[in-house]
Amino acid sequence: MRLSRWLADRWLMIVALLVLGYLALPVLVVAALSFNRPSSRLSYDFGEFTVDNWRQPCATSEMCDAMLRSVQIGFLATVVATVLGTLMAFALVRHRFRGRSGINVLVFLPMATPEVVLGTSLLALFVAAGVPQGFWTIVVAHVMFCVSFVVVTVKARLAGMDRRLEEAAMDLYANEWQTFRRVTLPLVLPGIVAAALLSFSLSFDDFIVTNFTAGTTVTFPMYVWGAAQRGIPPQVNVIGTAMFVVALLLVGISSLGRRPTR
Amino acid sequence: MTGMARETPAGDLRLANLTRRFGALSAVDDLSLTVGQGSFFALLGASGCGKTTTLRMIAGLEEPTSGRVLLGDRDITALRPYRRPVNTVFQSYALFPHLSVFENVAFGLRRRGIRPVDGEVTRMLSLVQLDGYGSRRPAQLSGGEQQRVALARALVNRPQVLLLDEPLGALDLTLRRRMQVELKRIQTEVGVTFVHVTHDQEEAITMADTVAVMNAGRIEQQGAPADIYEFPATAFVANFLGQSNLLAGEAAGVSGGDVVVTAQGARFSVPVGRARAERGPVQLGVRPEKLRLVGSADQVPQGHQHVTGVVTDASYLGVSTQYLLRTGWGAELSVFVANSGTSTPVPVGSTAAACWDPRHAFLLSASS
Repeated sequence: MRLSRWLADRWLMIVALLVLGYLALPVLVVAALSFNRPSSRLSYDFGEFTVDNWRQPCATSEMCDAMLRSVQIGFLATVVATVLGTLMAFALVRHRFRGRSGINVLVFLPMATPEVVLGTSLLALFVAAGVPQGFWTIVVAHVMFCVSFVVVTVKARLAGMDRRLEEAAMDLYANEWQTFRRVTLPLVLPGIVAAALLSFSLSFDDFIVTNFTAGTTVTFPMYVWGAAQRGIPPQVNVIGTAMFVVALLLVGISSLGRRPTR
Repeated sequence: MTGMARETPAGDLRLANLTRRFGALSAVDDLSLTVGQGSFFALLGASGCGKTTTLRMIAGLEEPTSGRVLLGDRDITALRPYRRPVNTVFQSYALFPHLSVFENVAFGLRRRGIRPVDGEVTRMLSLVQLDGYGSRRPAQLSGGEQQRVALARALVNRPQVLLLDEPLGALDLTLRRRMQVELKRIQTEVGVTFVHVTHDQEEAITMADTVAVMNAGRIEQQGAPADIYEFPATAFVANFLGQSNLLAGEAAGVSGGDVVVTAQGARFSVPVGRARAERGPVQLGVRPEKLRLVGSADQVPQGHQHVTGVVTDASYLGVSTQYLLRTGWGAELSVFVANSGTSTPVPVGSTAAACWDPRHAFLLSASS
């Protein structure tokens, strides 16, 4: 009797914890395997505990090259997509112009299109235009789909912003630039930061579109994919765990930054 | 920006033939008015009458289609909002959510490069009785507190004109009453010209030195609250500012200092000084509290005029009782009888006469 009562009160919490645990499981496995010295070529064959993988994450230099390349591509794509997307979002929310609703639809298209289709059409485009595929074609492709996510994220933030705040700033002796700098930007910034983080992670782990547009260039996801055929080096797990920790830290810092300042 | 002569009195705020059209619609239509320096001026009107648009044009947030805004001798019509010595308390307060109360209040000072700001901000926060609230965020404050921050944020700049856009609209009744007193106190203390936009006639009457009643983009009447209330210029004003009983009739000229009016077969008179028309179709008006209810025509005091009818409704309002008297021709008169304990209740269904002193009546042109 008492047990069923206890369950009735807490079943939602229990289910939530189970689901969260299920979601965290792969991360935990990756973290555990990063301390593994595999007993065979398969990195998930548990041999013995070691910190060697963490001491020498770049033992396989190809992997670290691919990793570095992915970070570079992600960084470039994020910067370009965030700037372009933010400007687009401002234009779409703040101004009424011809073709505005058409652009709103077009912005959605890359999100709605299957990546395979996106990848093949981009490849066809690059081949037809005679552009050699490589680092820069990947960047262009990533900017293209990231822009959509930036526009949508920043637009939502901007649309929820009260225009009267800007009027109040102007009324309080702030000129156009100061109004943007002191009121508009700080209020939209969380949206822009979220969009940039989203862009980076979309770009960093993209495989399908990248595979079509990469030529002979190898990014981190492509390296992992290729390595999976032969035997994944345990250092992949180190990189994975490190990425996860960095992401966690970023989330932690951003929630700290939300504390009131004087 | 620091070159703005804030300390020297600016003189009166004048609007000259101000017009603002939105497409074919004139939100503000050829409006001219003068707000005396240091006065508490209320723009009173129903929503959509153009009062907020007028305010926004004074602030510089809306560009007039034509006409001018003058501060003393200075034409400020073309100045950007941040170049005007005018500050606004917005209807929704528009406090900056990402800044603390202190930084909200300091915003204007910082933009003008005034330093240090601490003394001014602290002094202003204590004027609006928010000492010690500086480090809070606007979201942590109640509606009344937010309203006071908005007021402090505007006043700290010592504007020559402070614009208030229905600043008390979002507050509950008790708080609104308290803030009305507070605002009036602060206005007397700082001596700044206040232009207060409101749809609440009671608020306008109790707070303002001068009230302008706006309707459809124009000013219907402007003056001291008591003057407007006692002698409205148009039927709109007579009914927007309090209630009025209006009888349609025909004025037949002046006789012995009175305008003679025929309405529904009876003759009435109104002193010339209280008539806006002397001939032609008119409306005879009497405020409900100026009417007295007596049992029959014989009991009407000497010199009073009256209308007889049947009492159709009596509603107890606390301080007074409102009776509705249906006249022979179907009009319904409203009569307020003070619950002073000296009068006996009049039963619904009985016949009665509503009488008034002609000096309390007023006469409006029927076309108004």
